[in-house]
Amino acid sequence: MIEIKGVTKRYGETAVVDDVSLTIAPGGVTSVIGANGAGKSTLLSIVSRLTPADSGTVTVDGLDVTTTPSEKLARRLAVLRQENHMSVRLTVRELVAFGRFPHSGGRLTERDLALVDEAIGYFELDDLADRHLDQLSGGQRQRAYVAMVLCQDTDYVLLDEPLNNLDRRHSVQMMRRLRRMADDYAKTVVMVVHDINFASCHSDAIVAMKHGKVIAQGTTEEMMTPKVLKEVYDLDIDVHDINGSRIGVYYA
Amino acid sequence: MVVVGVAVACSSVLFQTVTGNRILTPGIMGFDRLFVLIQTLIVYVFGALTLTTTDPRLLFAGQTAVMVIFSLALYRWLFGRDGRDLYVLVLAGVVFGTLFGSLSSLAQRLINPNDFVVLQDSLFAGFNQVDPGLLAFSAVLVAAMAVWTARLSARLDVVALGRDTALNLGVNHASVVNQALVVIAVMVSVATALVGPVTFLGLLVANLARQLTGTFRHRTVLPAATLLSVIVLVGGQAVLEQVFGMNTALSVIINFVGGAYFIALLIREPRR
Ligand SMILES: Nc1ncnc2c1ncn2[C@@H]1O[C@H](COP(=O)(O)OP(=O)(O)OP(=O)(O)O)[C@@H](O)[C@H]1O
Ligand SMILES: [Mg+2]
Repeated sequence: MIEIKGVTKRYGETAVVDDVSLTIAPGGVTSVIGANGAGKSTLLSIVSRLTPADSGTVTVDGLDVTTTPSEKLARRLAVLRQENHMSVRLTVRELVAFGRFPHSGGRLTERDLALVDEAIGYFELDDLADRHLDQLSGGQRQRAYVAMVLCQDTDYVLLDEPLNNLDRRHSVQMMRRLRRMADDYAKTVVMVVHDINFASCHSDAIVAMKHGKVIAQGTTEEMMTPKVLKEVYDLDIDVHDINGSRIGVYYA
Repeated sequence: MVVVGVAVACSSVLFQTVTGNRILTPGIMGFDRLFVLIQTLIVYVFGALTLTTTDPRLLFAGQTAVMVIFSLALYRWLFGRDGRDLYVLVLAGVVFGTLFGSLSSLAQRLINPNDFVVLQDSLFAGFNQVDPGLLAFSAVLVAAMAVWTARLSARLDVVALGRDTALNLGVNHASVVNQALVVIAVMVSVATALVGPVTFLGLLVANLARQLTGTFRHRTVLPAATLLSVIVLVGGQAVLEQVFGMNTALSVIINFVGGAYFIALLIREPRR
């Protein structure tokens, strides 16, 4: 269970995360939605101890993220940032293999290698495995980063816009993979998504943020209504039931 | 010479890892001149008598300790906030190098002439005359640092991926960086005490080693860079002495070649 209690983060005068309290139950997929600048990434990086909060506490399975040793946490929680940049040149396989570092400390076992190969295979990176990251397209690189994070094989996985740069097919595949991790392995997935229909079709719960606050949260059915979405995005969005899912229409 | 080679190579590779770029080295950021300044100031404050009467190893240990403290402070100040522009950092390095250099010469002017002679002896040891006692001490020190670095190398690989990735993978980024900085400060001190500033050698060997081995893994790059640096220093000097009969020109040549390479890197590097 992830428990966020009274977390606030300020840059200058503005609170970009403003007294947020939130509990994320173990097992299942939770989507975080909200406009640009709502504070989603900041909240995620506080939960994953990459950014210190000004006040409030975050615990994962009862472990305070700011005081628990980093290596212990790394075996329990993995995070993908919205932007990833590396100043060193490395291949896709090397990158994905780094996901095993918390478990094997740089010396890969047979099992580690098998997991690395599996992740590379799932994200259709086999042909690209020995290419350097700077020789990939944006979507291919994104898949490599996600493969690394999933290779960490943690109970909690936080993903900031995992669908960035992905085409439709790879987006759907990614979502199915996350869904399966939650259903078959009882993993807890928290992700930031902008496409509300992906959030609707693949998550159990949705958390909506606006101006640094959580303004609404609930099951997918509760959240996928024109009223809630209007509140979140300041945009009129029709919601239709299509093939058993709630689909928001907002293109026109 | 081998000691200097190891020190320059390791300190440069480590520095590039913790700062996350391939252009800056302790030499370029003025760390070696900082050490000269510390040496000078110690003479200025305590007088040459201390310099000649205290055990050179003790003196050196003291200088190194001061150096470690100031390097950590300088690093904090320059790299503490992320997202600094590379060009700003290079410029800062040039400014600091010049500043430390000028402060040193200013202090050297202010020192009385007798003290100055003593200081000059210790500053401009050059590649040829190195105090054997100090050399043995330095060798032990550098060996210890090299072992420390080797033990860190797997974690250094992760640190090279950047702070966020390193934290996510469970590496205590701040602690590894601090350890690396101590190693860097000690190694720069040793190299500078033995032969004076060789600004661009580190840059040259660190990048060549990465290019030749095609990896950034410290387990591979550190030995490769060390080997290259020893080859350049020992080989270069042998060639100069045997073929051209020159003595002091090696650092000039290294700085010329390295400087040209530095400019080439700067021009090629896309601005982030
Ligand atoms: N380092 C920083 N310094 C100052 N302000 C910042 C910093 N990082 C983020 N902010 C501000 O905090 C606010 C929240 O940023 P955050 O990245 O959390 O938004 P987000 O919800 O993830 O948006 P997006 O959908 O665009 O990714 C923004 O207004 C941003 O300008
Ligand atoms: Mg964001």
